Amino acid sequence: MAARVLALRSGLGGPAVAAGLGALILGTLAAVAWQAQGLSGLGPWDWRAVRFTVWQAALSAALSAVLAIPVARALARRRFAGRGALVTLLGAPFILPVIVAIMGLIAVFGRNGAINEALRGAGLPEFIIYGWQGVILAHVFFNLPLSVRLILQGWQAIPAERFRLAESLGFAPRDVARHLERPMLRAVLPGVWLAVFLVCLTSFAVALTLGGGPSATTVELAIYQAFRFDFDLGKAATLGLVQIGLCLAAMVLARRISIPAAFGTGLDQTQGPRGPRGWRVGTDALAIMLAALFLLWPIMAVTVQGLPRIPSLPPEVWTAALRSVVMALISAGLALAMCLTLALAIARGRAAWIEAAGMLPIIASPLVLGTGLFILLRGWFSTDALALPVTVAINAIMALPFGLRALIPAAQALREDYGRLADSLDMRGLARLRHLTLPRLARPLGFAGGLAAALAMGDLGVITLFATDQPTLPLKLYQLMGSYRMTDASACAVLLMAISFALFWLFDRGGRLA
Amino acid sequence: MTKTLISVALLAATAAGASPAAAQDKPVLTVYAGDYIASEWGPGPKIETGFEAFCDCDLQFVTGDILPRILMEGENTDADIVFGLNTDVTARARASGLFAPHGQDTTDMTLPVEWSDDVFLPYNWGETAFIYDDTRLENPPASFDELLNAPDDLKIVIQDPRASISGLALLLWVKGVYGDQAPEAWEKLAPKVLTVTKGWSESYGMFTDGEADMVLSYTTSPAYHIAAEDDLTKKAAIFPEGHYFMAELAAQVKGTDQPELAQQFMDWILTPDFQKTIPLANWSLPAKLPEDEWPQVMRNLPRPEKTLFYTEEEAEALRQPALDEWLRAFSR
Repeated sequence: MAARVLALRSGLGGPAVAAGLGALILGTLAAVAWQAQGLSGLGPWDWRAVRFTVWQAALSAALSAVLAIPVARALARRRFAGRGALVTLLGAPFILPVIVAIMGLIAVFGRNGAINEALRGAGLPEFIIYGWQGVILAHVFFNLPLSVRLILQGWQAIPAERFRLAESLGFAPRDVARHLERPMLRAVLPGVWLAVFLVCLTSFAVALTLGGGPSATTVELAIYQAFRFDFDLGKAATLGLVQIGLCLAAMVLARRISIPAAFGTGLDQTQGPRGPRGWRVGTDALAIMLAALFLLWPIMAVTVQGLPRIPSLPPEVWTAALRSVVMALISAGLALAMCLTLALAIARGRAAWIEAAGMLPIIASPLVLGTGLFILLRGWFSTDALALPVTVAINAIMALPFGLRALIPAAQALREDYGRLADSLDMRGLARLRHLTLPRLARPLGFAGGLAAALAMGDLGVITLFATDQPTLPLKLYQLMGSYRMTDASACAVLLMAISFALFWLFDRGGRLA
Repeated sequence: MTKTLISVALLAATAAGASPAAAQDKPVLTVYAGDYIASEWGPGPKIETGFEAFCDCDLQFVTGDILPRILMEGENTDADIVFGLNTDVTARARASGLFAPHGQDTTDMTLPVEWSDDVFLPYNWGETAFIYDDTRLENPPASFDELLNAPDDLKIVIQDPRASISGLALLLWVKGVYGDQAPEAWEKLAPKVLTVTKGWSESYGMFTDGEADMVLSYTTSPAYHIAAEDDLTKKAAIFPEGHYFMAELAAQVKGTDQPELAQQFMDWILTPDFQKTIPLANWSLPAKLPEDEWPQVMRNLPRPEKTLFYTEEEAEALRQPALDEWLRAFSR
């Protein structure tokens, strides 16, 4: 009896979570529109923003995905001391708080940055980061790590037996590419492109700081403007709808292109393929070094600037840091629970709408979401009491799509490879979760949890809408900047970055060791 | 397991977030204020202790995006006082009908403009200005015209008028100086604009990092560097064409459940006791305090001869056309 109830519950969990997500995201949008008593039309500047948003997101996504291939391949087929640490480190930019990342990029690529000093020294023209090129550069910086990680997982998901078979058949690197790597990329790349495209669609601060002016206005900025400048909630809701429409269109497109690869089961040998010798060793090393330089230099630049001042940060910063860590951990827990439920349901082959619902948060404007929740809940609860729980919940939801991208392929593989065996053994409910699902999915779960924790740690977005007297660390960073304390702010940025990174590392490490 | 974890974490969060349960039986005055105001580096803590010293109440700041929030909350708002609104958005706030008259005598304020508004009460003021570092920019433009005609490698950072109140002030400043010629002025200024940031903080950070030669800020900004950092190199470029006036305002909410306390707070704002905390906590000028009582650093600052200011109706009417001009200039 209990087993049946449990089975029933596990069967309904995915659709329930998905329906809840859909209701939340569309419901908050409806609440905003309702408060405004209808949707408003868009002006020519808004449509320009829509066009720029789609263009920059598509280009950023394509560049991130293409550049990630050689890096992921090099990491997949080479073994060297410190490889594991490097893989983790290369993930850093994706979880960097936006404000910190922009500081780092400017320190390297800015007018006074190292690159331009070198160019000037060599008598070459400057590289100007401000403009659409800066927006693309920043988006590739943020999303190359995600792309590398997802593609690397694709490589690792090819059973080692296939590579050994290829080797024993005397496959040249070209043949390996044709029979193993390209089918895998065909399956993985559209999802990678889609994920980055969606991240870049809602980009806000990056475009605004590095865009050089209003020609680089994004939809999310237009939403912010509708709230702050025009107090036009109807327009905010319309723009929110446009974002969701773009999201769905991109998802349909990516689904059409993606073809699942079928490699079958393997024995989980973790050592992966052995890379070809010769000149390819050099190109692989170069790919890894260039990626490391591009991704880690800005982080180093920020660290060098801020590290010495950390001990002298005022105590309130540490209190805020503790509060942020606790909130990030709860967010991560929530995100993992939702993510696992959704991924298992998707793997069972339940309709595409569950996956779509799981991806919706990536495109939902945090501003619309936060404002909608504010409108819906304020009659029932004190808004001050709401601020932190709502921030935690929204952060958990916002992290879902990234977790899902990592978890869905693994959950599908699990279902394909072990599902029938487990069914035939009548392994269900908690036993199945404990002995099959969790151990097999530990790695992507650790990754997903780490992402959720780190993203929640660095998020400023929602909390500023929900006024609170309990500031988080990112809010403290802004307060420091807002009161001229730029040197303290740079120390606070390093602290924020270090904590985000530590949280990610702990989860990710936990997942690998489990 | 997950549930246990979540409940443990929730408990920890409550513990980390709980504020000391002091002053439980005292009446609470809820003050909605901008983010920076209530942080320990803003004027908030001084205002809180200053008022609680005599009000026998508990002043609680609630920070965030105050105007959008109170417009959404409407008459159900918990706010008793709104603190930190800006002069150029009062038309919208006033139209909501949520605010009650302040009941103060505003005839002898120390403002460069006449103040006759009976609802919104300024507690500080300043003027927009471009700040530079005299070790990096040896020949700063001596007028707005010189700035417009400076070589394009003079780089400035400004704030987006759609997202930031100082960015909006710049639109009105240019409009005030150039009137119908504002589009041409923007066309000349645009190539010198290194980038446009969401808020003042990001711009100012880029300036202090040496990315830009000048930053859109306030005439009073150098005072912070002088008083807190002993840094005499940051200066405001003073333009004979005039500088745009900005004040931060307080107002009491009509539907407050603490009308006496709210009025008491409004009565306190223009007293020297309150006004003296403004210059070095808010890095701006007091709204009602004779100049000889200002801190020396503020008295020493060079002051513009001319102050530009639009009434709220003018500002509201100019906002959209000026924004369109600005957008066009930057979209070429």
